[in-house]
Amino acid sequence: MRILGVAATLAALVALVAVYVVYFLEASPATVSTAVMNSDGSANLTLQVVGAYGKHPFPDWVSYLVKDTSGEWRHTTIWKLPAHTLVHVTVYQFDSQTGLRNNFLAQVRGTVGGTATYTDTGNTGKGSGLPVYNNTALSVLPPAEPAHTFTVPGIDLSVPLVGISNATENVCGVAPCSMKYAHTTIAFSFRTPGAGSYRWQCFVPCAFAFLYGFGGPMQTVGYMDGLLDVT
Amino acid sequence: MESATVSVQPRRSNASAWGGLLKTNVIWAVVLAIVGYIVAHWLGGKIAGNIAAEQNPGGTDQADIAILLGLFGSIVGWMLGLGFFNYPLKRMLGRPPSLHEGGESGAWRYFRLCTDHKVVAMQYLVATLFFFFVAGLNAMFIRTELTSHNATLFPSGNYLTLVGLHGTMMLTMMSAGVIGPLGNWLVPIMIGARRMAFPRIESLTMWLTVLAGFVLLSATLLGGFPTGWTGYAPLADQARAGIDSYLVSFLLIGISLVLVGLNIIVTVVTLRAPGMSWNRLPIFVWGMVTTSILAVLAAPVLAAALFMVMCDRSIESTFFVSSSGGSPLLWDELFWFFGHPEVYILALPGFGIVLEILPVFARKPLWGYRLAVAGMFGVALMSFMVWQHHLFMSGINANLRPFYMFTTELISIPTGVIFLNGFGTLWKAKIRFTVPMLFCTAFFFNFLIGGLSGVFLSDVTSDVVTHGSFFVMAHFHYTIMGGLVFALMGGIYYWLPKMTGFNLNQTLGKIHFWTMFVFFNLTFFPLFAAGMLGMPRRVSTYNADLHTLNVFVSIMAFCLGLSMIIFIVNLVWSMVFKRERAAENPWHSKSLEWQIPTPVPSYNFEEIPTITGDPYGYGLPEGPVVDFGRRRPAVAAGKAGA
Amino acid sequence: MSPTAAKTSGTVEPRHGRNFAILWAVATAIMVPIIIWVVGPHIPPGSMSDNTRAQHDVDVALTALAMPVLMLVWVFLAYAIKNFRADKTSEAIVDGPPIKGNARIQATWLIVSAVLVVGLAAYGTIDLFVEHGVGGGQGSNPLAKPADAKGALQIQVIGQQWMWTFRYPGYGGVETQTLELPMGRDVEFHVTSLDVVHSFWAIELGVKADAVPGADNVAFVRALRTGSFQVRCDELCGLWHGQMSTTGRVVSSAQFQSWIGATAKRYAGVTKVLPPYSLTYYPPPTRNAT
Repeated sequence: MRILGVAATLAALVALVAVYVVYFLEASPATVSTAVMNSDGSANLTLQVVGAYGKHPFPDWVSYLVKDTSGEWRHTTIWKLPAHTLVHVTVYQFDSQTGLRNNFLAQVRGTVGGTATYTDTGNTGKGSGLPVYNNTALSVLPPAEPAHTFTVPGIDLSVPLVGISNATENVCGVAPCSMKYAHTTIAFSFRTPGAGSYRWQCFVPCAFAFLYGFGGPMQTVGYMDGLLDVT
Repeated sequence: MESATVSVQPRRSNASAWGGLLKTNVIWAVVLAIVGYIVAHWLGGKIAGNIAAEQNPGGTDQADIAILLGLFGSIVGWMLGLGFFNYPLKRMLGRPPSLHEGGESGAWRYFRLCTDHKVVAMQYLVATLFFFFVAGLNAMFIRTELTSHNATLFPSGNYLTLVGLHGTMMLTMMSAGVIGPLGNWLVPIMIGARRMAFPRIESLTMWLTVLAGFVLLSATLLGGFPTGWTGYAPLADQARAGIDSYLVSFLLIGISLVLVGLNIIVTVVTLRAPGMSWNRLPIFVWGMVTTSILAVLAAPVLAAALFMVMCDRSIESTFFVSSSGGSPLLWDELFWFFGHPEVYILALPGFGIVLEILPVFARKPLWGYRLAVAGMFGVALMSFMVWQHHLFMSGINANLRPFYMFTTELISIPTGVIFLNGFGTLWKAKIRFTVPMLFCTAFFFNFLIGGLSGVFLSDVTSDVVTHGSFFVMAHFHYTIMGGLVFALMGGIYYWLPKMTGFNLNQTLGKIHFWTMFVFFNLTFFPLFAAGMLGMPRRVSTYNADLHTLNVFVSIMAFCLGLSMIIFIVNLVWSMVFKRERAAENPWHSKSLEWQIPTPVPSYNFEEIPTITGDPYGYGLPEGPVVDFGRRRPAVAAGKAGA
Repeated sequence: MSPTAAKTSGTVEPRHGRNFAILWAVATAIMVPIIIWVVGPHIPPGSMSDNTRAQHDVDVALTALAMPVLMLVWVFLAYAIKNFRADKTSEAIVDGPPIKGNARIQATWLIVSAVLVVGLAAYGTIDLFVEHGVGGGQGSNPLAKPADAKGALQIQVIGQQWMWTFRYPGYGGVETQTLELPMGRDVEFHVTSLDVVHSFWAIELGVKADAVPGADNVAFVRALRTGSFQVRCDELCGLWHGQMSTTGRVVSSAQFQSWIGATAKRYAGVTKVLPPYSLTYYPPPTRNAT
């Protein structure tokens, strides 16, 4: 009788620990292969950034999404990339401007040519005084305009992502967003380093309702932080 | 005033198991706590709906007002379910008070509000040991992550919550770790009383501690918390909802500390038996008294600081937000003003246990009793004057640093006095190395290393290298785990035969001791080097140079975990299966708690004893400490002299 | 002391006090030189800057001073375990002599430890001021400054979640993400933060100063050798706290000048949009993001 009691307690505790490890400690967004290889050996990476994820569990959190190799939009920020490869990145940016906390990050760093190309699409805020970008290559973005940045500190890559105008009405509210909503397109290229895991993050304080805008999605892998799994 | 004799009536057993289920007990507490959370959370949403909507239109996890109110509601539900409101409600309704809450016998009394201090102590023992092992398991996970020098096993955010859970749970549960089980059990008996001064409050402190542990674990459901046990604002202001669990849990512990401290001080001051003068008080009781003084004075400051963070998070105050006039240094100061006495709340009971057990196995009186008491008071007093040493690098006024360096080094004097007392007791002694004695001897070895590393940290120049690094980690693990936990283990092996009436297996105990001692030192000593070589705390990414060292430490830590499993096996085997009846005084102690029968009756003493001497009369021809008068002869405890 | 032991048992009681003292003295005499000359040179943090040299010297001194205390406890425990055991052959519980205390020993102990403590505190204080703060953050009004504080190179260290940037006010307020400093020159770090509390720890330079938002924390260093050093964050600041690190370099004066010129030129575009150099910054959002 006692043996049964002790065994049952032990089994229950082991089960609880297993739940703890699987559902809490190891809980992480999936790692996806994202690089679509080109014939010249370079790769394409397509991202989108949305102002509100729109779905459970955090519908109003900003988030990155990535297009995986099969062309589907996936909600994860852990991306597999090939090592020592030139990667052409296209970012579709659906979120409105917030501005930088440290204007140093207005500089484009670490890309090929030191610039990124910016384009507005469907941005109806034309009367708002916002400059209209049309494949414009910039090395420094005006600090009030970024909605997010894509920064990989380990390889010194940082690209500010221009936001849509705050006056725009055609705003996407649920990810993944289709191109018919107002968005900006940012294109740049960079060379991946050797194998390893490199963290990346956004540096624009856009976490709604959090202190200094840096809590919530800004501190959660799967939204505004992630890893480049370079192999 | 207690009556000198009590008529022994057979107590009615409390009906069947089903009857016990229907009365107030912990199951009701859990149910009502959940109900309380839901109701208060809903209420919070209604009250603060506008603020919440402004803050989180889409339903994020930042409904802090609702979550905090919900947690407070669960506290009310918990207390209601256990029956803590019954007495005040009864009195308000004009009903006469009963001397017992009901359910004073039978197995159910361990699962509800029981006013027998021995039952509360056993409840405390199970609860604190449970959370100790949960936090220890978290430590095993931490060491597993640290076997790789990049963050590979657990995502970074989860790792930080792991670190925070381990630290907070260990510190909060071990603050109650001695004062709860051993303090509550021993203090009334050692002073010759039948009960604590406030039995219901005693039970409340225990149940609040249990609730605090579960509230802390609820942080995993709310997204975890990134601040570690020190809860530094403004990161605490910025964190996700999991930190609300940390705040409420720590608040509960703070309240519990104040109440348990109050209870012990009042008990010792008012309920001592005739003849128990201040210089006959066992040194363990002095340890409890000094710990209680610290608890009563320091914990309210913590509660205030926690409330300030709750305000910052819920009603948008800016206590710690410097751009709006607040200051992060304010949190640092308030927290460490509590935090430093807190670590002495952890250390002093260890001193008390060791100095209490040493005379029994050295068969000599406690050497320098008055000095020991003075040392404990010195430590307690000075612990309020050193807290800025946690802030040497924080940009505090540079004038303060030499002063706090001095006071921190000064506190090593009363701490050293404890060593002198221990060594004086061992001088020319006739030592028997039983399991408790082994743990107490190891205490001196470990606490010495911990204390000496503290001197390094107190020197500002050296602190520049070691502040916030694994050196600090090794220092406090040596003092708290090497000190308090070893003493606690010694105390458990020593007093459990009396508390439960069953012996613990001594062979397993010796295996437990040796594995724990060896692997503890092998785990934590290399961490001094890791710290000096540049490894900060709370990181899962470190320099590749330190990889081998960390892998070694992790393996040693796993072995240390195995030693804990040996302890658990010993406990379960001896208490559940073997159940070998313990003798009344297996250690041949002359102390009062060993002169009463095992198992101890619920009224402790048939007749309140008259104390005739201090409990350390070894080597002297007198008998033990107490004269029970005509009722029962005192048990002779060994030959005196050579 | 009880004389019963010697008289009744007929054996001569060994002179424990003298024996123990000899053993202790010998152990100390062996360990202190080992610490100073054998272990000492290997104690971190190296000798790349004046700070680390001072820190190293203090650590060697403290370790050497700790040896007598360590030996006291270890030799005593070993001595007690060997000589003060109960007779294992007999089952009877035999008591030891009822010694309750010794006022002279207590007084000696207290006086010696007090002298030690006061001496340590004095040594620590003097060292702190002689070595201009030894790299620890001294707040906005540092007391212990290098001799030529006015001529020190000012570098502002800005911590934010989760990277370090560095501003050089003397070179147009240019901000960079890499830290380089010239060898042999006093450097005055002004450490601040934009959001939560971080801590700037330049390990091989021996500099540690908390980055507190809204506060300016000053620390000094003079690098004595060229080379690279690790910079890590030493105060838990959120998700990527452990990854908030970078590598700094100490270079010759000439190399530093050319580097800072090239950097200023490369970042001229962004320097224009930076806020003016200030000891503290309150960039928006100043509270919750909207």
